[in-house]
Amino acid sequence: MSILVDERTKVLVAGITGRQGAFHTQQMLEFGTRVVCGVAPGRGGREVSGVPVFETAEDAVDKRGATAAVLFVPATAVRDSACEAIDAGLSPVVIIAEHVPVHDAMDVMAFAAARGAVVIGPNTYGICTPGGKAKLGIPPGRIFHPGPVGVVARSGTLSYEIVASLTEDGLGQSTVVGMGGDPVVGLGFVEALKRFAKDEETRAVVLVGEIGGTAEEEAAEFIKGMDRPVVAYLAGATAPPGRRMGHAGAIVERGRGSFQSKRHALEAAGVAVAEMPWDVAPLVRAALLRGSGGA
Amino acid sequence: MAKEVLRRAGVPVPDGRLCRTPDEAAAAAAELGPIAVKAQVLVGGRGRAGGIRIAETPEEARGAAAAILGMDLKGHRVETVYCEQRLEIDRELYLAITIDHSARRPLLIASADGGVAIEEVPEKAIIRRMIDLPWGLQPFMARQVALRLGLPAEAHAAFSDIAGRLYAVFRERDATLVECNPLVICDSGRGAPGRLMAADARLNVDDDALGLGRQPDLPHTETATDLEKRVRALGLAFVELDGDIAVMANGAGITMATLDALQSFGGRPMNFLDAGGGASAGPTAEALDILLSTSPKAVLINIFGGITRCDEVAQAIIDVKQRRAFSMPLLVRLVGTNEQRGTEMLRAEGIAAFTSMREAARAAAEASRR
Repeated sequence: MSILVDERTKVLVAGITGRQGAFHTQQMLEFGTRVVCGVAPGRGGREVSGVPVFETAEDAVDKRGATAAVLFVPATAVRDSACEAIDAGLSPVVIIAEHVPVHDAMDVMAFAAARGAVVIGPNTYGICTPGGKAKLGIPPGRIFHPGPVGVVARSGTLSYEIVASLTEDGLGQSTVVGMGGDPVVGLGFVEALKRFAKDEETRAVVLVGEIGGTAEEEAAEFIKGMDRPVVAYLAGATAPPGRRMGHAGAIVERGRGSFQSKRHALEAAGVAVAEMPWDVAPLVRAALLRGSGGA
Repeated sequence: MAKEVLRRAGVPVPDGRLCRTPDEAAAAAAELGPIAVKAQVLVGGRGRAGGIRIAETPEEARGAAAAILGMDLKGHRVETVYCEQRLEIDRELYLAITIDHSARRPLLIASADGGVAIEEVPEKAIIRRMIDLPWGLQPFMARQVALRLGLPAEAHAAFSDIAGRLYAVFRERDATLVECNPLVICDSGRGAPGRLMAADARLNVDDDALGLGRQPDLPHTETATDLEKRVRALGLAFVELDGDIAVMANGAGITMATLDALQSFGGRPMNFLDAGGGASAGPTAEALDILLSTSPKAVLINIFGGITRCDEVAQAIIDVKQRRAFSMPLLVRLVGTNEQRGTEMLRAEGIAAFTSMREAARAAAEASRR
């Protein structure tokens, strides 16, 4: 089991003929993902790594039966490309691009909500269900291993760091999902946690958060009612307030989004908060042992 | 600037004149009556810094302008002043449109307690109204808010009109905040019903929209140090901090985590530098070169290469080292594709290479204390 994507997911790649699109299509195929079609306006009829390219998502879905999409289009094209994928009935729709204008992101989220589609991103590495099942996005396939730990994170390489340490410790993952580092993103912690809470394979969840916004505080509210253990790591403990730390969403402003507030909320919900990234795997192991001991 | 955008969008704002000389300011006061003379600089807190003076007469306006013009306000020389009509203010309100990140929607915020920072207004005195996309702010929503603000009935239509125009500016201008603080009811004492006016305004525009070339007529007002400007010009995220260990990592989250790790070992980072998740050698080397020019006590590079090739990163580091002879300890953590080759290349050049982030951070903190 897994959340959102698995071996049945048939993937459409938007922007498949671009440098990033073509490179990652090959990487996703090598991982085992069922990439069934690509879209690139003006380039229909071509092939990329053996994947047929279509003019529109509608046409691609019609001919190849895609169920989900990953977008390798530049920020300026995201609004149109994401709405096209949603309109074609695809879900989840994964948006990799960073620097997407926030009003465009709000428009996409409103359209997705109206159509019942799940959007992941923008500014994310994507989503991966290990064991060669599905990878929609750009993470390096070798760091993953199938297992009982769900991971949901705001940042990319920090996810890789933590996932690699879990794998090294023999703790495989059910699904790993990156929410994206922007202030307005589709799937959030709460939506991911709801899915992990219903997933039979997932026995513990790792939440990788950071300063800025209130997503971690909202996650804490939901975790209070969860029966699976959650371990968190929060980046930015020492970040100065008022400075944007790389991600558009990673800023402590107007007294909101502080490390302390997030840590306090999560601990009050029974979450084990790791001091450092390398403390996550031991905490997950301990949580899993407690879980099986009590059963 | 924000008020000018609102004025063009049809929001009533106080009348004013842009003046370059004390004589022009005197003429403005003769025309407009009592005025406020305001320094035209794109920095906050100019009132406290002496950049705003009140003038009742043309002579006072001349004196005020003479004092402010040429003044240095937080590193900006004042070249022009804005002479703005003073209003007979009866009530100060707060009205803004911003983004609710959790709800992923626009949000109207209003309060009957205007004129102070909204953070200082008690929660129960703040009115919030979520706005659905794509329909946007509807007149009935504005009427609801007007009623809850306790506005007189004759002001409701004007309030709705202003709220609608603010919302249009918010959407059309890629704003993250359009704020009228205060929105005032003024001139009630002259027999006519009071007028609503945006006495002061603020417009924050989305950096990403500006970065894509939208809103070309709006200025990009970023407060950054010279060093920050140089590194950001390479397209990399950079924040200057006050420590002595130069830091570079790839990805915002892992860079923050690297700073946290350094400090947990007693190290003091001098910067946040995110070389990007798919760090490419060119800008990385240039950024590293700039960092080295600031003479840190140690340099910590933490690369978890996903797609990044470690041998390319190693080569970039070696190139910089050969170009710029430096003596401070350089500690590199390198994991990813071709990791072993990258590590060997660095070792051959006498650069400490680690596979563990913890050990690299600890070593950097120790090196900075030597």
